[in-house]
Amino acid sequence: MKHSDTDSEDGLEWTYDASQEVGMTRREKLREYYQEYLYKPALVAWSDWRTRIGYAIVGLYLAIALIAQFNLYRPPEANQEMPMLQAFQEGSAILGSNTIGQDILSLMIHATPEMLIMIVSGAVFAIVIAVLVGTFAGFKGGRVDSALMFAADVGMSIPGLPLVLVLTSTLRPTNPAVIGIIITINYWAGLSRAIRAQTLSIRENSYVEASRVMGVSTPRIMFKDIIPNLMPYITVNFVNACRAVIFFSVGLYYLGFLPYTNANWGVVLNNAYTQGAILGGSYVWLMAPIVMIMLLSLGLILIAQGMDRVFNPRVRTRLAGESESVEGDAEEDDVDTFGGAM
Amino acid sequence: MVNYYIKRTGQMVVTLYAVVTIAFALVRFLPGGPATALRAQLMQEDVPSEVIAQRIELYLSVNPDAPLLDQYISYMSNIFLEGSLGKSVFIQRQTPVTEILAEALPWTLFIVISSIILFHIMAVVIGALMAYWEGSLFDTVNSAIAIVFTSIPFYVLAIVLVWILGYEMSLFPVGNRYGDAIEPGLSVTYILDVIYHGALPIASMVITQYGVRALSFRGNSIQILGEDFVRVARLRGLSDSRIALWYVGRNAILPLYTGFLLSLGWLLGGTVILEEIFNYPGIGLKFIEALEVRDYPVIMGVFIMITVALVVGIYVADLTYGKIDPRIETGDQSEAF
Repeated sequence: MKHSDTDSEDGLEWTYDASQEVGMTRREKLREYYQEYLYKPALVAWSDWRTRIGYAIVGLYLAIALIAQFNLYRPPEANQEMPMLQAFQEGSAILGSNTIGQDILSLMIHATPEMLIMIVSGAVFAIVIAVLVGTFAGFKGGRVDSALMFAADVGMSIPGLPLVLVLTSTLRPTNPAVIGIIITINYWAGLSRAIRAQTLSIRENSYVEASRVMGVSTPRIMFKDIIPNLMPYITVNFVNACRAVIFFSVGLYYLGFLPYTNANWGVVLNNAYTQGAILGGSYVWLMAPIVMIMLLSLGLILIAQGMDRVFNPRVRTRLAGESESVEGDAEEDDVDTFGGAM
Repeated sequence: MVNYYIKRTGQMVVTLYAVVTIAFALVRFLPGGPATALRAQLMQEDVPSEVIAQRIELYLSVNPDAPLLDQYISYMSNIFLEGSLGKSVFIQRQTPVTEILAEALPWTLFIVISSIILFHIMAVVIGALMAYWEGSLFDTVNSAIAIVFTSIPFYVLAIVLVWILGYEMSLFPVGNRYGDAIEPGLSVTYILDVIYHGALPIASMVITQYGVRALSFRGNSIQILGEDFVRVARLRGLSDSRIALWYVGRNAILPLYTGFLLSLGWLLGGTVILEEIFNYPGIGLKFIEALEVRDYPVIMGVFIMITVALVVGIYVADLTYGKIDPRIETGDQSEAF
């Protein structure tokens, strides 16, 4: 790409170029953002079988949630079928029914939307807090850093499950978004430490120093210079946080310490386990929620594992071959991606 | 170096203090929380109103009518100076919580520590083999298996194990620490029976936890296998086993080490669900029993104890890390900006 078709003076050309850089319209910025952060990663992500399967699985759950949301499949009700039907016995209830005659397939489908809301709200909450605390502490350093990291240490020292159990059993939240946030109430702590560590290495880069010398404000440096570099790491951890919410929330519903809703995989699991699915030989009743949980969790793991490769420039080059995504590698080389470690 | 130990110890004490303060806040300020709930319960039992505050103090070490600062001081001194966590209200009336926990804790620790040791061994062995045969069928199959196992929540696997091995095939017991007929003592049959009863809970933790660590150990090893010092070691003609153990293994195991102690707290928290499923009487089951009847002193006792375990775990991890990795002499870099 050549910008200098008309001007001949070297000095003039330089200033001309610079002014054009600054004068980038919002649309161009958006397009660049789209190219760099959505299109190219998506392209590389799609070439990895892991992410492809992962996306397909998550897409399937979104579709199920839409089916439930628009009531395309009947909601679960007592006595809609004969009680304790086996799977594939009756055409109207493919997966059979439970002791009070609810269609198990319908229970599975109608649990999905709430579950997805819970997962997204919890993961977004955890990631936003972790990123803000981590980057701010890492960038500011000194006392701010010590104070924030002390808070993170305390947060990390509190065991998640017992704390969440104490909170949910006294507060009795019913809104799925609130439940999600309570579940990840101290998830941010460990993550913010890791993000701080990465921020420490990024802030040594010359462009961050340049911004500081130019007097650019702290929030602007955080959002323009530091966080974009952390996006890969943040994305992978977002997916991991999603999985943590699934594990915890289903566990809490299983234990019965969240207000009873009819349709949740954990509730179905508990009912099946305690109301004799095992002894009554109704295996599908027990297996259905297990498959729902495992498949979603598997989809998320595959995305995280694949993403890890996508954002790791060395692997990405190998994957993408000679494709256009290779060109940006030199700049991205300093972004460290942790392995799939939790 | 000594300075670092002192600083880190101080930090641990402050963390402990902060965590117990949070516990106090939960007892005192949570809407509908311990103090409020206990008052309501006592009023239902027709306890005269002037006695209620005394009773609450007996159970929770907090007198709700005293000034807030006094409450805080008495709560903290009860825990730190006297080592008292209050008394159980319902599940074992008037029994000190510490007594209840001391009886249950060894069993939980048995499950948790055996799980941690087993899944780390599995992770290192399988991860190392995967790295050694990178790209082979063994590597691919084991990576896939590890991913699938990781996607199962441990309690779901626990339910499946109870169902298949416990009820369907009757191979393993579903509940209790040891058989009724066996006399507790240091006999071989007793120890074997304890292991037999703990086998399923341990298995469900190990199978669902080893995968992530095996994959990360594999990643670390592959990365280190490509380092220059490994190539130089090969050129020097050192034996394969020496390279594998001292050059690759030692470096690859470091990231696992911190996870080793951190997983202690995570698993202690996890036993809350695990022991409920296996009906295994450890502190997790006590926690659930207490939650069901809202026996807050026991709830807070378990909560504080698991937290302390986690704080100490992180502390030990930090202190010993320097011993294992000589590159990290002090662990505190000054990052003033």
